Amino acid sequence: MCNTCGCGADEVRIDGVAHAHRHAGGTAHGHDHDAGKVSGAQICENGAQPLHHAHAAGLPAARRLRIEQDILAKNDAHAAHNREQLNARGIFALNLVSSPGAGKTALLVKTIRALADRFEICVIEGDQHTSNDAERIRATGARTVQINTGKGCHLDAHMVGHALERLDPPQHGILMIENVGNLVCPAAFDLGEEHKVVVLSVTEGEDKPLKYPDMFRRSSLMLLNKIDLLPYLEFDLELCIANARRTNPQIGVIGVSAVSGEGLSSWFAWIEQGANHAHAAGPKAARAQEVGPAEQQMAFARSPMR
Amino acid sequence: MHEMALAEGVLRIVEDAARREGLSRVRAVWLEIGQLASVEPEAMRFCFDAVTKDSVAAGARLEIIATAGAAWCTQCSTPVALAALGDACPKCGGYRLQVIGGTEMRVTEMEVE
Repeated sequence: MCNTCGCGADEVRIDGVAHAHRHAGGTAHGHDHDAGKVSGAQICENGAQPLHHAHAAGLPAARRLRIEQDILAKNDAHAAHNREQLNARGIFALNLVSSPGAGKTALLVKTIRALADRFEICVIEGDQHTSNDAERIRATGARTVQINTGKGCHLDAHMVGHALERLDPPQHGILMIENVGNLVCPAAFDLGEEHKVVVLSVTEGEDKPLKYPDMFRRSSLMLLNKIDLLPYLEFDLELCIANARRTNPQIGVIGVSAVSGEGLSSWFAWIEQGANHAHAAGPKAARAQEVGPAEQQMAFARSPMR
Repeated sequence: MHEMALAEGVLRIVEDAARREGLSRVRAVWLEIGQLASVEPEAMRFCFDAVTKDSVAAGARLEIIATAGAAWCTQCSTPVALAALGDACPKCGGYRLQVIGGTEMRVTEMEVE
């Protein structure tokens, strides 16, 4: 691991290229670490207080060092830098999270095809291994960068920063980040996105929002995918929505099927609204695209399944 | 297992401090981890031991202080204790809760030489 920026140089590959670099000796490194500098970190010593035990003569004395620093401070600094860049270009960025196989890539393919005439959509694909998903996305013509995290179970803001350098997304477009399939680890890592969107397929069971509450708490929208399968399943839709709102009363819900196309128009409308908002906000911090629960409930009600 | 990434974050903070302060050894590290931070203390300890193995903090003791979860109940208009995400408001039994505390993950102190 790189101690300056913390990138897992041994493991992470961006479009198949190892992110190996050296910091010593002025070797060109190709990215800016300023974003990773933690500002406001406070270190104050409690003085060289002797501890409550005797030291043998000649042994170095132990002391307490008070240090107040967020463990994720570096990630958050990189995320802030990414967000700044995206906002400056008026780009609407979403971080798609789900368990493996929930249908993120299938939804992305449909979404890109439907919105391609209105927005330029770029994609960052995160997987531990293979570029299978990136190839599926590239087939739509969308500019795509694949990040392989190796053993890593989530994307972090530093990896996404490098992917953005490579992607160079155009102004007023949409950035879709497909995170590593995992309902636990990606929750804590801000990538600089506007919203996390959690995709839950109805085959996974309605209790998932209670089992993985942090992910649902941090997501603005839950896409309930594969609703075309509902007739064949014992899936309590109302209970699932209630469970999601137990951890996040604000979460919006849209039922969709990437296969049959049910509900997709509501999802596209949600994206379009956010993208227009980000476009209009331009360089200003466009953090909150507030869509109230009532409105989102309507979005769900409008979907063909209700 | 995001605890591995978190442990690497802890090591970075510890090593930065060691470089800055010219420390030869770090004997113990104190973390403050919120009850609602979705961090498994045992996994954190395991990962901390693994990532610090060849560092200035090799063999260091890890002390984890849990901070209490808290939420604002919009129904009661009052702060309430929240032991786990998805729990109900202890006063009204509702779920109109906004988490206001217990999600922190910080390095607070080190015992050093």
